[in-house]
Amino acid sequence: MRGLRFLFVGVYLCLGTLPLLWLGITSLKERPDTISVHLKWLPSGAAGAEDDAYFAATLDAYRQLGVVYAGADHAFYHYLKNSALIGLLSTLASVFIGTSAAYGFSRFPIPGAKDWLFFILSTRFLPPLAVVVPVLMMYREFDLQNTHLGLIILYTVFNLSLAVWLMKGFIDEIPRAYEEAALVDGYSRLQAFRLIIIPRAASGMAVTGVFCLISAWNEYGFAMTLNNQDAVTVPVYFAGLQGNVQGIPWPQVCAGVLLFVAPIILFTVLVRRHLLRGVTFGTLKQ
Amino acid sequence: MNPFLHLNGVDKSHGATRALSGVDLAVGPDELLVILGPTGAGKTTLLRVMAGLDSADAGTVLMDGTDVTDWEPAARDVAFVFQHFALYPAWSVRRNLEFPLRAPGRMLGQREIADRVQWAAELLHIQTLLERPSERLSGGEMQRVAIGRCIVRRPRLFLLDEPLTNLDAKLRETLRVELALLRRTLAIPMVYVTHDQAEALSMADRIAVLSDGKILQVGTPEEVYNRPESPQVARQLGQPAMNVFSVCARSGHWHVGNKGVLAESTAEEGISASLGVRPEHIEPRGGGEDAAVRVVEDAGPTWVLRVDWLGQEVRLIAGKEESYRPGQRIQPRVDAGRVIVWDCEEGV
Repeated sequence: MRGLRFLFVGVYLCLGTLPLLWLGITSLKERPDTISVHLKWLPSGAAGAEDDAYFAATLDAYRQLGVVYAGADHAFYHYLKNSALIGLLSTLASVFIGTSAAYGFSRFPIPGAKDWLFFILSTRFLPPLAVVVPVLMMYREFDLQNTHLGLIILYTVFNLSLAVWLMKGFIDEIPRAYEEAALVDGYSRLQAFRLIIIPRAASGMAVTGVFCLISAWNEYGFAMTLNNQDAVTVPVYFAGLQGNVQGIPWPQVCAGVLLFVAPIILFTVLVRRHLLRGVTFGTLKQ
Repeated sequence: MNPFLHLNGVDKSHGATRALSGVDLAVGPDELLVILGPTGAGKTTLLRVMAGLDSADAGTVLMDGTDVTDWEPAARDVAFVFQHFALYPAWSVRRNLEFPLRAPGRMLGQREIADRVQWAAELLHIQTLLERPSERLSGGEMQRVAIGRCIVRRPRLFLLDEPLTNLDAKLRETLRVELALLRRTLAIPMVYVTHDQAEALSMADRIAVLSDGKILQVGTPEEVYNRPESPQVARQLGQPAMNVFSVCARSGHWHVGNKGVLAESTAEEGISASLGVRPEHIEPRGGGEDAAVRVVEDAGPTWVLRVDWLGQEVRLIAGKEESYRPGQRIQPRVDAGRVIVWDCEEGV
């Protein structure tokens, strides 16, 4: 049984890390090696090794990330900055609004609360691409095309239903008695929310944040449709390199993609304790 | 003496269910009032209305003569001990105790806060626990800390919602005594909600019996126990509960339908009534109508018998000098001087 488990996890681990590993290897190559007909997968320090499996490892691709390619307006870091700004701000907004709304749904008798919650969920029923055209027209009307704000608003709205539903689950788990004790002890509703609810909902907020960030970070369809200059994100930038007259600069693309996924992996690892633990409450015995 | 807390005609509904209807209640300045009632009677709702955590649909709440019906909980300066303690996990006991003192508007200095925490800790014998995280306390310790969190700021009124229910029997008894002593020290009015009649009888200055959102009777434990105003009140007090018979007076005796004679009666011929008889006021072998023993329970110093008598199950208490077994025939007799008569009606 134990062996079988290790085997299963091992196989899955290989499947999961292989793409990342391959990205890493490719990012160390020079361009001819990336399109070589021979499989070159072992790095060696010296150039021109005899064995076909070896390639000359170099950090050139990472240095090249600061360079502007033909067909693009800026270097990679410019787009990474766009992605970071849009991803982080929309995540913050989703988590903040989601937590506040969830608290309201969880604690106050809102007329038609179930219908409202269903409505919030229903905003995700259509595949996002089905609304690309109406969104595009609205954005043109409001001058939100090619702006960071436009994408931040869009991603916030898309993630909000998830955030409200997730956070409602987490806040429902926090006993009302906790904040009611604070209310009788002389605190206002808002102070009780800040001092008692927020710290206890932190796990849930971290979990919600991961999901929101991943979906905003990776989004391609809207980012591409709504932008062609100022707020271009990394996925759109890489896709745009396809028409490059010099061919796709694979080592640089792989180096960039590695840098692009690194924050997500890091963030997920940082909050994995919260992801796994969810919420537990020690002193409230039911 | 003017009551400290006064409720007038308080109504409260949760959606379609009526939790409280027309509750009038007064609590004296250093009185311990126990609200006794079964689960779902509206006890907790009543307490929450007093605290301001729930707002009354109708009626008023007066504290010290001031109408506080629309006041926020924070403004009322009452303390609430929750059934599930509601201590903040991951916070130390000290931090939990300090929390109410640090509320905005209280504006106490560090020195004062530390002194008050120390004072409460000594009173409740939790000095040694102050630095411990609150999730690493036992149930009894948690309840002491929860009470401590309420007394540190010396509120005007104490509200306790079944504070001992989640503790084991032995601890419950210890804490019950400590609470009684504590309230003598503090001289703060207390309202104590429980479904446990032993707690109610032993602690209360007065008991308010609540059922289905209505106050049935308010009185000292002795009054409520000895002179219950209705069969519903009678059924809530006494271990085992009081026996209630529907009877009719015929030729100087109370008859249970046509099943037989229950006791002598001085009532007018033909009157029908409900008759309450405490289990301890029935003599198991007194020579009355025939009965069959169904269950014999050992209650320690006495036996508790459940017998089929006059067409219903009757509970009675029997001395340990004699032994009983299921199936046995006995002839119980009611002490006619100690029965309670309700709802007299002219007979047919």
